[in-house]
Amino acid sequence: MMKLEAIIQPSRFESVKDALREVGIEGMTVTEVRGHGRQKGHTEVYRGREYTVDLLPKIKLEMVLPDKLVNTVVDTILKTAKTGKIGDGKIFLSRVDEAIRIRNEERGESAL
Amino acid sequence: MKRAVLSCCFAMGLLLLAPSLLAQQAPAASSLASPSTAQKSDVSKEVNDKLAQLDQRVTAAQSAGDNAWMLVSAALVLMMTGPGLALFYGGLVRRKNTLAIMMQSFAMMGLISVLWALVGYSLAFGGSGPVIGDFSHAFLRGVGVDPNPDYAGTVPHLTFMIYQMMFAVITPALITGATAERMKFSGTVLFMTLWFFLVYAPLAHMVWGKGGFLNASGGRFPCLDFAGGTVVHISSGVSALVCALYMGKRIGFPKQPMPPHSLVLSFIGACLLWVGWFGFNAGSALAANGLASSAFVATHLGAAAAAIGWSLAEWFKNGKASALGAISGAVAGLVAITPAAGFVRPMPALVIGLSAGLFCYFMVTRVKALFGYDDALDAFGVHGAGGTIGALLTGAFAKEIVNPIFGPGKPVGGLDGHWSQVGNQLAGVLIAWGLALVGTIVILKITDLVTGFRTSEDHEVEGLDVTQHGEEAYYLES
Repeated sequence: MMKLEAIIQPSRFESVKDALREVGIEGMTVTEVRGHGRQKGHTEVYRGREYTVDLLPKIKLEMVLPDKLVNTVVDTILKTAKTGKIGDGKIFLSRVDEAIRIRNEERGESAL
Repeated sequence: MKRAVLSCCFAMGLLLLAPSLLAQQAPAASSLASPSTAQKSDVSKEVNDKLAQLDQRVTAAQSAGDNAWMLVSAALVLMMTGPGLALFYGGLVRRKNTLAIMMQSFAMMGLISVLWALVGYSLAFGGSGPVIGDFSHAFLRGVGVDPNPDYAGTVPHLTFMIYQMMFAVITPALITGATAERMKFSGTVLFMTLWFFLVYAPLAHMVWGKGGFLNASGGRFPCLDFAGGTVVHISSGVSALVCALYMGKRIGFPKQPMPPHSLVLSFIGACLLWVGWFGFNAGSALAANGLASSAFVATHLGAAAAAIGWSLAEWFKNGKASALGAISGAVAGLVAITPAAGFVRPMPALVIGLSAGLFCYFMVTRVKALFGYDDALDAFGVHGAGGTIGALLTGAFAKEIVNPIFGPGKPVGGLDGHWSQVGNQLAGVLIAWGLALVGTIVILKITDLVTGFRTSEDHEVEGLDVTQHGEEAYYLES
């Protein structure tokens, strides 16, 4: 099992979600987050006072996947989340030791 | 023959009456049409009675129209404080101080209303002293449905009293813009109570009260202030500056970002202020007459031109016209047109508005940064600065044709050739500045000794909603 965390542009979220559903992804957890990588922020001016806003709104997707689906999902996200501009985000993958379904205590990949 | 002519006169007079009197008109007309019923009666007595009745009805009709407009105006001015100003200021603070700043406005709706009824009205509009009124109307004694011919001869005295009350309510609330995010609630209540007695009541009497030495009709320095440029905006704006200087900056100002937490709230607030201002300015005609229409038009054009002025300045400077800039400009224009509304024609109103938009933009963005004071929501930059420029321009642009306040045919402002009126305006401005400066310093010292004025550092960091009122504006878990 692998855990996939993807930070993407909010404007791409709906397309990513639809594409993932088409390749058979049934569950995901989504959070609205703020952050920045190499992308610089922008300036806002309120009555002459300038503020640099460097933490920008992003969407964070989290999902734990059976090994055989990982490549498909990564490809799908790469294809649909990309705008080609700086600030498109990142994907992180990590190994997951165990998954447990709370309702019936099922374990392993069948709990996903 | 004579009777026929009289009948004609009556019919014409009655036709001129308000439609609400149509019901009573029918029997009157029928009795005139059938002379047989009045064969033996004394003709001249009947005519005199009818004339007296007609006179009474005309007065009643005028009073009905004026009173309807003045009651609506009073309600509009109250709407400027809550929700208008409360939303405008509420959106500009950080979220942890939202309820506290709104509560400071709302508290004035309670506190000042009661003080006004007890003695405030009497101190502002009772008696005929040069500086302050007296106690003749304390506890609203003698304030009933009969008009007070000294101020508004066609509406009940009660209407005039409640209308003026709404001005007294909003004025101290304006000051809270400068002290936002760091003023104790107990200190606010004490400060505003003292300020109302020491600054507002005397200034209102000097400028508007009978015998007041700045009163346009008969004062030592006849100062034109149609709806409160001096009494409301200079007084509150200058006091706001004194408070901001005395209190010091908010923790973290100006390094830490403190952007407005919801410009949507501020936007709604500013639009409500704009609408409410029609009651403030056009209502100051104290009647539903041509002067009210003139003030209404000037008010609207002043606000519109100032919104454009501020936006253009921003566009030129930052490359973008912001929503906050546009609404700030509109408020600045409304402030500046306030003293002028009932004295100027529409085109000068545009000039006043445009000047105010540019001038207040300069005050808020440049002058504040230059001196480094923390007038948190720009109460001085908008009300103090806008009120001052508006008062002076009123002297230049006032016209006898709009409002012959000095008597028929006598020149009023600079455009009539009476340029010395600008000097009178300057006298009024200086006296208002002086009273606000001195009065506020004295009141601040007293408040600091009794309740304290500024919250503790911990409270300021945690936010005034929780520390002053024990609640939160946005409770995320519910």
